Amino acid sequence: MKILSTFFLCLFLVSSANAQERFLTKKGMISFFSETPIENIEAQNNQVLSIVDANSGKMAIAILMKSFMFKKALMQEHFNENYVESDKYPKAIFKGDIIDFDSITASETTLAIKGDLTIHGKTKEITINAVTKKTDEVIQMKGNFFINLTDFDVKIPSVVKNNISEKIKVSFRLYHKAYKK
Amino acid sequence: MKKIFLTVFLILASLQLSSQDLLDILELEAPVQENIVSATFKGTRIVNGHSIENRKNKELEFIISHRFGRVNTGFEELFGLDQANIRFALEYGLTDDLTAGLGRSSFEKTYDGYLKYSLLKQKTGANAFPFAVSLFGSIAAKSQKAIAGNERTFAESLFYVGQVLIAKKVNSSLSIQVTPTYVHRNLATIAADPHDIFALGFGTRVKLSKRVSLNAEYYQQFQNLTSINARNSLAFGVDIETGGHVFQIILSNAITMVEKSFITETTGNFFGGDIHLGFNLSRTF
Repeated sequence: MKILSTFFLCLFLVSSANAQERFLTKKGMISFFSETPIENIEAQNNQVLSIVDANSGKMAIAILMKSFMFKKALMQEHFNENYVESDKYPKAIFKGDIIDFDSITASETTLAIKGDLTIHGKTKEITINAVTKKTDEVIQMKGNFFINLTDFDVKIPSVVKNNISEKIKVSFRLYHKAYKK
Repeated sequence: MKKIFLTVFLILASLQLSSQDLLDILELEAPVQENIVSATFKGTRIVNGHSIENRKNKELEFIISHRFGRVNTGFEELFGLDQANIRFALEYGLTDDLTAGLGRSSFEKTYDGYLKYSLLKQKTGANAFPFAVSLFGSIAAKSQKAIAGNERTFAESLFYVGQVLIAKKVNSSLSIQVTPTYVHRNLATIAADPHDIFALGFGTRVKLSKRVSLNAEYYQQFQNLTSINARNSLAFGVDIETGGHVFQIILSNAITMVEKSFITETTGNFFGGDIHLGFNLSRTF
């Protein structure tokens, strides 16, 4: 009987804790920037889904590739058709752990996030620094990092080799709010 | 002992739970989005005829198209390379859905102007729709001087074309289009020639690689110009895309590139070797 009650208590605590300690955004911003002497290319996605579990310090991000908006419609079409192949690989995914998540405070602190980034069907482990901030209601994260297109098997044809950088700067701004089911 | 075991099990189970379903929650929370299917065809032409693709808002495209003579004219004509019909055109996206074009062909010194409007878009996700529909209208004016005794008025030099373009991107490598077409000619050369010609076009694109595709196009006419013994137009093309350019290499039994002409005035027999080699080069600004 005692065991049974402990079991239900644990179950209750676990499930309720999970439900309250998750922070989610559906309007996260991720942009990328390619800089070459000939041309700068940038695109922004304002519909990024991201979730942080404040119990475990784990986080997950889902990015719909077709939601990246470019200045030139033709660039956007080429991005989806020829480079990231959005029909085949519709999403980019990040799954990782916020290191030393317990040290997060209501003032801005830089924390490292380590995890697996999957773009174009290829996965690579990366570590990102993010400026973070947590209150009871929100978890904010922002920062930027670089990725190499070769790591994700995104090929640049030789004719536009000088127009597209191999190294792409990625910026993010994720303002999670307390998530209730 | 049992209790500790149970507690450990529960903690493990809860950890497992939280790490695994963060992505599931995102999946669950993802709004159902409306996805407009893009790049059904690479260019605004399948081969000779228009595809449903429009130029995007404020995009200007300069197109140089070229058709050589018939390859079966032999070595003396260098397999048709000695003759050529060339068309220069400027095409501009007035909005994302409306494109206007002006062109001039050396063949019969023809000027042409057109408007193409994207009426319905193929969509997946929310508000899914299985195919795309565009409307096309053009006017062509023949400006070549008539031979003495055959003079015509300006009105008699005009031709009108209306098309409904219905296309579907079946998957990322296969697209198909059906094109009901109406051509009106103000002047019929002989009484037996119809003023109105209806035709049905079929077009397809098969992607060979990310930047190369194979295209084919056929127009079945329901009335023919008997004075010239007109045939149905058949054409094959290869699209090669490089950044802002689309380069098309074409084999066609028509020497012309404007709708009224290649649909209703083609005389070549493709399988008899009356094939014109050609190019479409486009540059987007």
